[in-house]
Amino acid sequence: MDFLIFQVPMLTLQAVLDGLLLGILFALIAYGMALQWGVMNIINIAQGDLVILGGYIAYFMYLYGIHPAWGVIVSPIIMYFVGVVIYKLVINKVVDRDLFISILATFGISILFMQLMNFAFGADVVLANSGYGTTMLFDNSVTLPNSKIFSAFISIVFAIGLVVYMKKSKLGRAIRATAQNARAAKILGVDTEKVYAATFGINAALCGVAGALISITFTIHPYMGLPYTIRSFMIVIVAGLGNLPGVAMSGMGLGVFEEFADYILGTEFRIGSVFLLLVLILVYRRFKLSRKREYLK
Amino acid sequence: MIKNNLIIYLAILIFGLAAPFVFPAFKVQLSILCILIILAITWNVQGGEMGYNTFGNILFYGLGMYLCASVQVGMFFPLGEWTEGGGEKTFVHTPAQFFQGFAFGLAVAAIVPAIVAGLIGYSILGLRGHYFAICTLGLGVAAGEISGGIEIIGAGQGFTTPPFPNVDRLEARGEFFYFCSFIVLIFTFLAVKAIYSTRFKLVLNAIRDNEDKAEAMGIQTMKYKIIGWMISAFFCGLAGGIMGGLVGYIDSTDVAFDGREMGVFMVLMAILGGKGTLWGPVIGATLFHIFKEGFWTFFLGWQYVALGVLIVVIVIYFPEGIMGWLREKYPERFGEVVDEADRKAQVQLK
Repeated sequence: MDFLIFQVPMLTLQAVLDGLLLGILFALIAYGMALQWGVMNIINIAQGDLVILGGYIAYFMYLYGIHPAWGVIVSPIIMYFVGVVIYKLVINKVVDRDLFISILATFGISILFMQLMNFAFGADVVLANSGYGTTMLFDNSVTLPNSKIFSAFISIVFAIGLVVYMKKSKLGRAIRATAQNARAAKILGVDTEKVYAATFGINAALCGVAGALISITFTIHPYMGLPYTIRSFMIVIVAGLGNLPGVAMSGMGLGVFEEFADYILGTEFRIGSVFLLLVLILVYRRFKLSRKREYLK
Repeated sequence: MIKNNLIIYLAILIFGLAAPFVFPAFKVQLSILCILIILAITWNVQGGEMGYNTFGNILFYGLGMYLCASVQVGMFFPLGEWTEGGGEKTFVHTPAQFFQGFAFGLAVAAIVPAIVAGLIGYSILGLRGHYFAICTLGLGVAAGEISGGIEIIGAGQGFTTPPFPNVDRLEARGEFFYFCSFIVLIFTFLAVKAIYSTRFKLVLNAIRDNEDKAEAMGIQTMKYKIIGWMISAFFCGLAGGIMGGLVGYIDSTDVAFDGREMGVFMVLMAILGGKGTLWGPVIGATLFHIFKEGFWTFFLGWQYVALGVLIVVIVIYFPEGIMGWLREKYPERFGEVVDEADRKAQVQLK
C-alpha cells in the first residue's frame, strides 16, 4: 500500500485521535436519535437540521461578540422549545402511525428547515472561532485543536448528565416507563403526551449542544444536515436502542472510519463513504439475520 | 364501462398528441410532466403495490441519465476529452449520430439499471419497512456523492449532454423530447396496466399485506420483489435518459441523483394521488406539477419552504391520497359492493 497514511505512523495516530474526538460528537447526536426512536417510535430525518440550527445559534452569539462556548448553554435551551413546537405542530400527529409516515413527515420538516436557514443565514460555510488554540503532541507531529478536546469533554458531560437525569428524575422515570409500555404508563397516570413532547424537546436540546460544538470545531452550512441524520441512524442501528455504551463506541468507531476514508479515498468521497457504509451495515445485518429466517425490526 | 374508458384513453391520447402544437410555449413543461408521471407510476409499483417504500428509485433515474449521455457521446467521441471542458464545442454530433446515439443510449439507460436492480435487489430487498426506506435513501445519496467524484463523467463540474443538432425547424428540439417522453409514458402506463391485470399484482399485494403469510403460502416473495424492482428500474432509467437530454446538463447531486427533489417528488406524487391505484400517480403527478410550477413561478425562492409544508400536510392529512378519498366517498364506482345498512350503521358509529 502506498498510501501516505500507512507510511507515517504519526498521521495514523492523528487520524485516530481526530476520529475519536469527532465520534464522541456523533454519539451525542445518536443518543438523541435513540431516545426518540425508543420512546416514540419515530425516525427523525430532521435530526441533522436541528443540529445545524443549534450551530447557527452559537454562531450568532459569536457574531454579536459573545464567546461561542456559551452557545453550549444557550443553544439547548432555545432548541428545547423549538423541539416542543415541532412536536406540537407535526410529530404528535405521526406518533402512532406507520414509521414511513414519520420518515416522510420529518423529511418535509428537514427540507423546510434547510431552506429557512438558507434564507436566514445565507448559503455560506461558517464557523464560530473559539480562539482556543491548538495542542501539539509528539514533537509537533500531531496537532489537536483545543476546541475539539473541549467539545468532546462537553459532549461527555452532557451525555453523563442526561443518563443520570433519566435514572433519577421523575420525568426521566416517566420517559422510561413510556418507552417500555405507553399504554400501561398511561393507565398508571403518566401524561404520555407531555412525556413525548419532553422527549422530543430533550432530543432537540441534545442536537443543539452538538450543533454548538460543531460550529466551534468544524463548519456549518444550511444543507449539511442530512449526513448527520444518516450518521446517527447508522450508530443507532449498529448499537441497538437503549445500549448507551454501544452508542458511544460505535460513534467513535464511525468517527475513526470517516477520518481514514478521508485520508485514503479523498475528501470528495467522505460523505459518500458514510452513506455507503450505512448500506453495507444494513445488508450485513440482513444476511446475518436471514440465516435464522428473521429480519430487522 | 369499457366504452367509457376507451373514450377517456382516446381523449388523453389526442390531447397528448396535439398538446405541443396547441400549447407550444409549454412543451418543456409537458415533457417534464410526462417524466414525473412515469416516475410516480414506477414508484407506485414499489411503494403502493408492494409496500416497500423506497427513496432509492432516484438511483436508477440518475444512472439512466448518466448512461444515456455517456453512450451518446462515447459512441463517437472520446468521453474523457468531452467532459474535461469544452468538448461539446469541439466535437459536434451530426443529426444521424445524435439520434443513433440517443436511441442506443436510451436502450442502455433502460437495461443497465434493471440489471443493477436485479443484482442489488437480493441484498437490499431483504430489508423491510423503514430499514428499507433508510437504506435506499442512503443508496441514492451515496450514488450522488460518488458520481460527483468520478472524473470521466465530469465529476463536480457536471456533464453537458450533446446539444441538439442543427435542423431547419426551431421547434424541433422541444417536439422531439416531448414525443420521446410521451411515447415512453404511454409505454410505461400500458406495461404497468398489463402487469396489474395479472397474478403478479396480486402477489405484490400479498407481499404488502403480509409478507410472512405470503411466503407461507408458497410464494417465492424474493423473486417477485426483485422482478418488481427491476420493472421500476427499467422505466426509471428510461425517464432519466430522456430527462438528461431535455435538461442538457447533468450535475451529480442537483440533476441526476437529486434525492432532495426528484427522489421526494416521486414519493409525494404517488401518495398525493393515492397509493396502490393505477390512476392515482397520474392524477397526483399532474396536480403536483401544476402546483409546483405555479409556486416556482410566483414565489421564487420560497419553493422549498412550500415543498416542505406540502409534504408535511399531504403526509399527515391525506395519507390515502385523492383516489383513496374518492374510494371512501364513492365505493360503488370502484366495484366495491356496499351494504346500505352496514354503511348507515358505520355513519351512526362515527
